[in-house]
Parts: sequence; structure tokens; C-alpha cells
Amino acid sequence: MIARRDVILGYVLLSLAALISLGPLLGVMILALGEPGRIGINLDIANATNFGNFADVWEKGDFGPAIRTSFIITSVVVVVSVILSVPAGYAIALMDFPGRSAIFALLILGILMPLESMIVPLFLDMRRFNLDNNYWSVILPQVGFSVAFGVFWMRAFFVQSARSLVEAAWIDGANSWQTLTRVLVPLARPQMLTLAVLFFVWNWNDFLLPLVMLSGSDLQTAPMALVTFEGARRTDFAYLGAASIITIIPVVIVFILLQRSFTRGILAGSIKE
Amino acid sequence: MSLAPVPVTAGGRRKSPPRSRAPGEPRRIGYLFILPAVLVYAGFVFAPFLHSIYLSFFEGNGITRMEFVGVANYVDIATNPVLRSAFIHALELIVFYSIIPIAIGLLLASVLHRSRIRGVAFYRTALFLPYVIAPTAIAVIWRWILAPRGPLNSFLEAVGLGALATPWLGDFTWALPSVGLVGTWVMFGLALALLLAGAQKIPLELYEAVRLDGGGLWTEFRAVTLPGLRYEIVVALVLTTTAALRNFDIIYVMTSGGPGNATVVPSYLVYQQAFKVAQIGAAAAMGTVLILAIVGVNLLITRMARGSS
Repeated sequence: MIARRDVILGYVLLSLAALISLGPLLGVMILALGEPGRIGINLDIANATNFGNFADVWEKGDFGPAIRTSFIITSVVVVVSVILSVPAGYAIALMDFPGRSAIFALLILGILMPLESMIVPLFLDMRRFNLDNNYWSVILPQVGFSVAFGVFWMRAFFVQSARSLVEAAWIDGANSWQTLTRVLVPLARPQMLTLAVLFFVWNWNDFLLPLVMLSGSDLQTAPMALVTFEGARRTDFAYLGAASIITIIPVVIVFILLQRSFTRGILAGSIKE
Repeated sequence: MSLAPVPVTAGGRRKSPPRSRAPGEPRRIGYLFILPAVLVYAGFVFAPFLHSIYLSFFEGNGITRMEFVGVANYVDIATNPVLRSAFIHALELIVFYSIIPIAIGLLLASVLHRSRIRGVAFYRTALFLPYVIAPTAIAVIWRWILAPRGPLNSFLEAVGLGALATPWLGDFTWALPSVGLVGTWVMFGLALALLLAGAQKIPLELYEAVRLDGGGLWTEFRAVTLPGLRYEIVVALVLTTTAALRNFDIIYVMTSGGPGNATVVPSYLVYQQAFKVAQIGAAAAMGTVLILAIVGVNLLITRMARGSS
């Protein structure tokens, strides 16, 4: 039995919570359309019509090249990480070879390891091999951290749902590779999509790694461009609001379109055994 | 998903599915399947991890010769008040990133469990959004909200609480709680969405059973809600405490560790010591302690969850 009162209370409380979540973001949208350069920073909805702010910020903050750099780095990371995670998760889930559990344990450890702690040796090593200040210095570590989670995630799926299918395919004479590409990959599409969404969000938002690796070059990612712009215009809040929106909009779009995939990853993927 | 065909051996007899072992004969070709992932992981996550531990026993700028100093860098972390305060701040941030959001989430979930809400998708999108967007952008947005003449202070003045208005991020007392509040805003929606999803799965009969036994709201919470949400609580704890301990972007943009050292945190000191003052060994030691802290906290959480099951 569900009392009507409870249902109304539920909607009221949830709407309040949603409002708190969205409030600052809605505020920034109004802010971003305000009069630029004004020190008074309170919202003026009636005059929130300065759509030119976005063009100005795009130009002045070098957001064009930054968004492009972010897209290049993030797409390579997403594609490569998914492609590496699927066969590795498959092998660890369903094949038997010496050292399998140990390798898996070491990979799992990588999910917990904070990039912040490894930033110093990563920078020194990249510089030694002259990889700093180019795309690879960001892409390679991002792929490394992504596959730690990716292998874990794909293994969890293959262990649960694929054993009998795989046995059937093997008995039918399919080799390991055919089993993966013809039987398992079509089955695992939703899991792979979840991985892709998570990788996209994590790596687009990443700030410290590109900050350290690309600081000696002209390259910058979108979050770097935002922070650089912010450092130059500390109190020009209308512009800063517009710059924030430019930085987050690709992730917001991906998230809203693929919300289910993302939520599933956060809900189920974080731990479990 | 359709039913999987039952595996049959050549003799036509049913083969019992092996439970814990991988199917089929040992397949050494597995090494080839894991090789690319393992190589990238080993080269760009694991090797730097070992390298970081190694570097933590040296002193120097990373360019000229490094001098072996034993555990001096670790002794520094334990004794130098600024370095030590970074970890104390990280613990305080856990209160804001983890404890408060999960407490809010549990409170709301236990109130809402009976009203099986429709249209959850919209709420879930709204609640998850702060967790999804770039922390750098969140920091910029909140630096505006908390600015001396920003919306928060204007609001306080408008409702007659002008005396409370203060330059939040420039104040020694308020800077850390202010940064923590940003974490609360990011995490409460995540915690609420997770816990609500879990609470909707708890059978209503369990609550009725408590009612019939004469139990009140507190008994309902202790006996049904809390155990029913154990898994979701662990997920929320892992995600939020890890974020609290790793926190770099928000500190970098909002306060740079200031005013004074009021908001320095471990990851910010790693960056500062390595790339601003070129103390490579000290930075590596800080990073190593941070890893230990994160792994330790995660082990503690999963241990607690197992203990209470």
C-alpha cells in the first residue's frame, strides 16, 4: 500500500534535490549570457542576451584548437582502450593459463591507483624518451589507466554470461579469436558502450596529466584552456561562465544521450567482489 | 538474452559446466589476448608506480644526480606541519565528499523508499550531472558563487543575513569547508541516485513485517533499509572517498592551497613539489603515501562491508 501523501512527499523531495544539483548549472547559463567585463556579478535574467560571449570566448580563449585537441586525444583513448580491454577481459574470464589470477590482481590494483601519485615518474619517463609535449604523452597513460578498469569490467561480463556460449563455440571448432569476434562481441555491445562512455567522460575531464605533459607546448586540452583563460580573467565572470559551458558541453551531450550506459557503469562497475 | 545452448561432448553426454575453472583445455593463446593491454598498463601505470616508490628515497630535481636519502622524505611528511596538514585536510574533505552526501542520501532514501517514484530517469540525469562534468569547470563555477560579491553573499544579504557574508575562499577558517561544500554538491546527487535505486529494490513486505512487530521508523531503518543498501553504500563510499583523497583540480583552480596553507591537499603538494620547487623525491614520497591511503581506505571499506554482512 502506498499512501498518496508519501508519493507527493517523494516528488517534492526529489525535485528539491534535482534543483540543488541543477541550480548552479542553470545559474552559469544565465551568467554566461550577461554583460561581459562587468565586475558586478549578480544574475540579470532580463539582460541575459549576450550570445556573442560564446564567440568572444571561443576566439580569445583559443577554444577551437583546444576542443580539437581534446577530441583527438579522447577519441583515440576511448577506441584503443575498448579494443584492448575486450580481448584481455575475455582471456582472463574464460581461458586457463599460468599466471592468470596474478595478472588480473595486478590489473585490479590499477583501478585504485591515483594518477596524481604517478605524475612525477610519468613526466620524467616521457621526457627521457622525448614523448613529452605531444599527444602520446597524454594518450598512453590514459589508455593504461583506462584498461585497468576496462579489463575488470569486461571480465565481469564474460564470466557471468558467456561461459556456456563459449564452450559451445569451442566445441563447434571455432578458435578463440573467432569465438570472441563472432559470438562474444555482438553480445557484449552494451557493456562496450558503457566502457566507451565512462572512458570518454573520465579522459575528457582529466586535467592534471595534460597540464603536466603539454605545458611546454602549444597544445592544450579543453579543461586546460578553461583554466588558462580563468587565470587571465579572474573576475570576468560572464566570460568565465561561457568558457565553462564550452568546456563541459561535449560531455553533457554524451552523458544525456547515453545516460543509461553511464549509470549502469557507475552502479555495477565500481566494485563487486 | 536467449537461453544458452547446453554444451554436449562428442559422445552425446552432457558435460557438466565447470564452476571455477575456465572452460576447455588450457589455452596459452590467452597470453596474446592480454598482451597489448598488459603492456600499456605495465608501461604507463605499473612501472611509474614502482619508479615512484624508488624516487621517494632520493633527493634532487630529477635532472642532475639524485642523492639517496633513505626514508627522510617520509619522515618529513610525518613531521613537517604543512605536509602533515595536507593529509589532515584530505580526511576533513572525506567528511564533506563522503559522510555528508551519504547521510543525506540515506535519509532521503529511507523517507522515499515507500513512494515508488515514476520518471526516475529525469531525476537521475539531474542528480548525476555534477559528477559528470569537468572538475575544472565546477571549480570555476563555484569560485563565482563563493566570490566576495558573488551570488551566495548577495543571497545572504537579501535574506537579512548579511553579517554572515564573507570572502569564503580567502578566509582561513572557511576556505576548506567551502571547498568541501563543492564536493558535497558534486557527490550528494551521486549518493542519492545510487541509494534510491537500491531502496526501490527492497521488498515492501520487509517494512510491513517490522510494522507488524511493532517496530518504529528507526527499527525500519536499522533492520531493513541499512542492510538492504549495503552494496550501494559500499559503492558510494568507494567512489566518494577516492575522489576526496585524489582531489586536485578543484584545489588548483579555486584556492591553490591557500590562503596560506589552509587548503593544501596531498595531490596538490605532489604537483607543487615536483613542478614548482623541483623536489622530485619529496613529491614521489607524497604520492606513495597517497596511494597507500587510498588503497588502505578502500580495503577498510570492503572489510567493513564484509564484516557487517
